Amino acid sequence: MSTVFIGVCSHGPGITGRAGRADPRVRDEFYRSFERMRAALEAARPDALVVVAAEHFANFFMNNMPAFAMGMAQYYDGPIEDEKWLAIQRRRVPGNANLSRRLIGAILSDVDLAYAEEWKFDHGVMVPLHFLTPRYDLPVIPVNINCQGPPLSPLTRAWALGEALRRVCDAVPERIAIVATGGISHWPATPDSGKINEAWDREFLRRWSLNERDALVSYTDEETYRDAGQGGFEIRTFVAAAAAGNGAKGEIWFYEPIPIFAVGCTIGVIPVEAVVAG
Amino acid sequence: MPGSDYNRAMSLYYLQKFLYQLNRDAGVQRRFREDLEGLLGDYDLTDEERAAIRARDVGLLYVFGVNGQILMHYAALLGLEWNEYLEAMRQGVRRHGPVRAGLYAMTTDQR
Repeated sequence: MSTVFIGVCSHGPGITGRAGRADPRVRDEFYRSFERMRAALEAARPDALVVVAAEHFANFFMNNMPAFAMGMAQYYDGPIEDEKWLAIQRRRVPGNANLSRRLIGAILSDVDLAYAEEWKFDHGVMVPLHFLTPRYDLPVIPVNINCQGPPLSPLTRAWALGEALRRVCDAVPERIAIVATGGISHWPATPDSGKINEAWDREFLRRWSLNERDALVSYTDEETYRDAGQGGFEIRTFVAAAAAGNGAKGEIWFYEPIPIFAVGCTIGVIPVEAVVAG
Repeated sequence: MPGSDYNRAMSLYYLQKFLYQLNRDAGVQRRFREDLEGLLGDYDLTDEERAAIRARDVGLLYVFGVNGQILMHYAALLGLEWNEYLEAMRQGVRRHGPVRAGLYAMTTDQR
């Protein structure tokens, strides 16, 4: 098996772009948790990082919206946003087209997945990379789950995607890290930006940590929209990560609402069973 | 409000497409500055939507149902600071009523 790391994290553009406006005490503790995640990721010695994200109209629009898509390019450019607005410099991020092609080909046995040989990263990928691969020297393979608006894939399909991803990552010789990134409850880019349903978040994270499929996929989109906002649809990425965990329980390393970042900021990992040396 | 609900929803698609392309394409941004009327002619928009774009009325675009993940970049393009952007949407709802279509019209609980 060669899945060597599984984690989840937040990606709100305010995390970098509005850094100066957050309570420094909470912000710095959050950044330290990102740093701890970076150290754990590096210790796992991955050859590639699969980022399961929920992009925001960077590549995909309602003229042709894939439920699931995966990058198959040799490089990716980002961020698509204004560099000053996001406080992340535009750059080229290495990919691995050959590895992408093998992973995609194998996933298609279980889940219908679109592929893209051209893909630009928005804050949904660039904010995690800013903290986790600050030298941008690790090949990245993006996976996207449409979380922007209905019709959306049901949570059961996000789970199926995560299971398929784990199966195929375990079957390639490369060492693969998986980081899923999304918000829990949040109302981003709307007048309610900064609103966070902490109780809902904590209950979701409790279920995520227990990694019990039925409890995790039981949310309806109507409930999620009502209690967790349109940003709550992004729980699909967390659900996929849980499924990739093969039943292992998750650990939350950080959770704290940071309203100016417009999300309950989260860092979590799912321990991966010891890899047979080789 | 011109058009039926059906036309409204169809037009929101092109309104968002216009903003999506404007946000990402320097060529479209140049036409936005130099040939706005010609640019608007390329999209299937209602008169009310064209007027809102001419007036740089971010709040009204929010009320039309433009997704914030598209609208916030347009607001930044217009030079609105983050809090100004949030306030523009609130003012839009105060002036023009609740969001009429799209994702944020999924419930009637509009502020």
